[in-house]
Amino acid sequence: MINNQNMWNHLPGEDSIKRVVLPNGIIVLTKSDFNSPSVVISGYLNSGSIHDQQEKLGLSLFTSYALMRGSVFHRYRRIYNDLETAGATLGFSSSIQSTSFGGKSLVEDLPLLLKTLSEAIRWPIFPPIQLKILLSQIITGLQIREQDTSERASLKFDEVLFPDHPYGRSEEGSIETLKRIRRSDLIKFHQQFYGPSGMVITIVGAIEHQKAVDLVYHALGDWENPVWVSPPKIPEVTNRKFSYREHIPISGKFQTDIIMGSYGPRRTSKEFLIASLGNNILGQFGMMGRIGEAVREKSGLAYYASTALNAWQSAGTWEITAGVNPINIEKTIEIIRNEISRFVSESVSNQELDDSKSNLIGLIPLSIESNAGVANAIIRMERYKLGLNYLREYPGIISGISKEQILQVSQKYLDPGNLVIISAGT
Amino acid sequence: MDNPTKIRLENGLSVLLKEIHSAPIISFWTWYRVGSRYEKPGFTGISHWVEHMQFKGTEKYPSTVLDRLIAREGGVWNAFTHVDWTTYFETMPANKIDLAIDLEADRMVNSLFSPADVESERTVIITEKEGKDNEPFLRLNNAVNEAAFISHPYRNEVIGSLEDLQRIQRDDLYHHYRKYYQPANAIISIAGDFNTSEMIEKIQNKFISISSEFLPDPEVQPEHEIKEKKEILLSGPGDTIFIQIAYRSPSASDPDFFGFTILDSLLSGPASLNMFGGGGTSNKTSRLYKKLVDKRFAVSLAGGLQATLDPHLYDLSITLHQGQDPEIVIKTIDREIERLTEKRILKSEIQRAVKQARAMFAYGLENITNQAFWLGYSESFANYDWYSNYLDRLNEIKPQDVQRVAEKYLHPEKRVIGIYHPDFSESKPS
Repeated sequence: MINNQNMWNHLPGEDSIKRVVLPNGIIVLTKSDFNSPSVVISGYLNSGSIHDQQEKLGLSLFTSYALMRGSVFHRYRRIYNDLETAGATLGFSSSIQSTSFGGKSLVEDLPLLLKTLSEAIRWPIFPPIQLKILLSQIITGLQIREQDTSERASLKFDEVLFPDHPYGRSEEGSIETLKRIRRSDLIKFHQQFYGPSGMVITIVGAIEHQKAVDLVYHALGDWENPVWVSPPKIPEVTNRKFSYREHIPISGKFQTDIIMGSYGPRRTSKEFLIASLGNNILGQFGMMGRIGEAVREKSGLAYYASTALNAWQSAGTWEITAGVNPINIEKTIEIIRNEISRFVSESVSNQELDDSKSNLIGLIPLSIESNAGVANAIIRMERYKLGLNYLREYPGIISGISKEQILQVSQKYLDPGNLVIISAGT
Repeated sequence: MDNPTKIRLENGLSVLLKEIHSAPIISFWTWYRVGSRYEKPGFTGISHWVEHMQFKGTEKYPSTVLDRLIAREGGVWNAFTHVDWTTYFETMPANKIDLAIDLEADRMVNSLFSPADVESERTVIITEKEGKDNEPFLRLNNAVNEAAFISHPYRNEVIGSLEDLQRIQRDDLYHHYRKYYQPANAIISIAGDFNTSEMIEKIQNKFISISSEFLPDPEVQPEHEIKEKKEILLSGPGDTIFIQIAYRSPSASDPDFFGFTILDSLLSGPASLNMFGGGGTSNKTSRLYKKLVDKRFAVSLAGGLQATLDPHLYDLSITLHQGQDPEIVIKTIDREIERLTEKRILKSEIQRAVKQARAMFAYGLENITNQAFWLGYSESFANYDWYSNYLDRLNEIKPQDVQRVAEKYLHPEKRVIGIYHPDFSESKPS
């Protein structure tokens, strides 16, 4: 066993994470770990739903899902046969500003994984029959989403907070917008918005740094896209305080989901970690913090009632969610409102502050238990320019936050009289 | 694979330990041989409710203190109730593990079960159930499960029926707790950054004074086959048709289980063994996916096989493509199973399934919490050799074994078919 200081030194940092930029702009980050004969790849391209026209919303995500449905070199079935025979996996997805990918395999199959990645992002052919199958899968997913109380409430919450902004739109689009998308749209989207510039790939697992970099170079080092269009700058968001209430009726439901909250700090803001610590006290610590204590433990109203910060590049949200019986909706909202009121009117206690600091710091080693956990941490450091020593510096940053700072940041973003409140259910 | 250390204390407590020094953390699991399998009619859900009460505190560790202590040390903890077992885990920074050992020893005997907490948890659990009932597919799954057993408790939902949740009282819960929470009925599994002899001493110090009493056998009769074909129709809002087909599956200790694992892999893709991290691979080249999804009868297909004490269920879950007829999907599945039993299976297909399993296995080794989980889980239905020999056992499977298992278990007249249809106005078992 080791002491606390050794524990932080054990975390991935500048000496164990290697970063290389290939001549075509691809950033490669690696971290070796030989405890299991497996390897994880994770990364992103600078392309996302920010490019989608409103009438064809969902195009970016559809394109990302379609990348592995056939390439110039291999058909869909061959691609998946090779991967699944190796017990490997690779998948793509797209969010507002990025198209991400993730995969894993035994280390002996890493060349296969990288070859498949390269073919998918460079030479997809979007076979018409495969697009039809994929479209029907996406549409069924949207139909299931229509019946999901939590999803419906969350979508409306973002829509109300971010009108006419990419953050307020669903990356999945809708059945109507998806039906307008043609194969030629996917081809054009891929040609214009997929390129190596600023692409990030992280490899974590049982492989040495140089070997990993050589494999990435072999697979992607000669990729160029002279017609690549860089993504537009995401519009700024003003932190407005306003009140909004809506109930979305969905028949046949036994439980109603509530989401309430407002804007939160952006990920790159200094306020983010202060708000994170406050959020831990409000609705995370132990059995879901103060909110969990008030709604679940004292009132027995919900199985889950907690808070979350979602932070992106130009804004974020600070939200409280709970799942309750329909007869308890208003009672739960009132209890949560009272807790927010207490949270923004008086400082947290010294004990709460110490407990939550200890909690956030102590969770770090657990968050990097697996190769995927380490890869995610490295991606976050790169995406938000946090520095490769961020995990080691994190305990010091958290320790330095005061309760006055928490009160100040909480008051800036949370106002119990001005909340967006959405409920969805019967 | 390194063998773990296994000991049994004088009071009957089994302890399995595996040193892993890749990260400064330890995962500590306490398992009790109690779950819905052990519940009598009228008391469904009682094991899960007891699990909730174990977080409501003891005199030494009142509930608010419990939460606070684990969380402030940067630990994560949780619990799960399943059909055969209830388990509690703490994954902690290695130098804080004493807290987990002490609190698990304490709540093995000293939980309070205050009447006020019992009532508060009653509504919390009913809300938890309502959340599950929101999902059409989970409702279908519950109905299929119930129809697939005549009297075995596997037919009941682990969370319990609403009637029982409204009826169970504090003394029922406390009696259930005292009956099953004792060292001879428990397994501790622990993996991570520790020294084995030091850890054994710590565990002995905390648990040896807890006595065990004789445990009555629950006298559960296994149901080895589904006697007759049944069909369940459920209805509700939405636009999507779901089908679930359930066949009897062998218990985990049955030699057929390994052949069944390969059979599942061939039909619906390889299943991940990993509860924490690891994940699986896709199933797009499995036989049924190719016939159902690639041919646009369905948009997704998944197979489910669980390692359980008694024979349980192998289920195929299908989300239909809009406008498709469930009967065509069921016939397609039947034809494909028939093909599997009648036409030669290539040895290379078996080798492929084994390679897939090897990859899933390796992914699980990345994660200390997952390794501690498997130490205890395998012991709960067999022993750790089951897990450590898993790949070897799969390697021994021959094509004819897979065909024999398919013929024995995947019989069209011995299954339950459940269909969730958005258009019907009420449910009607037939």
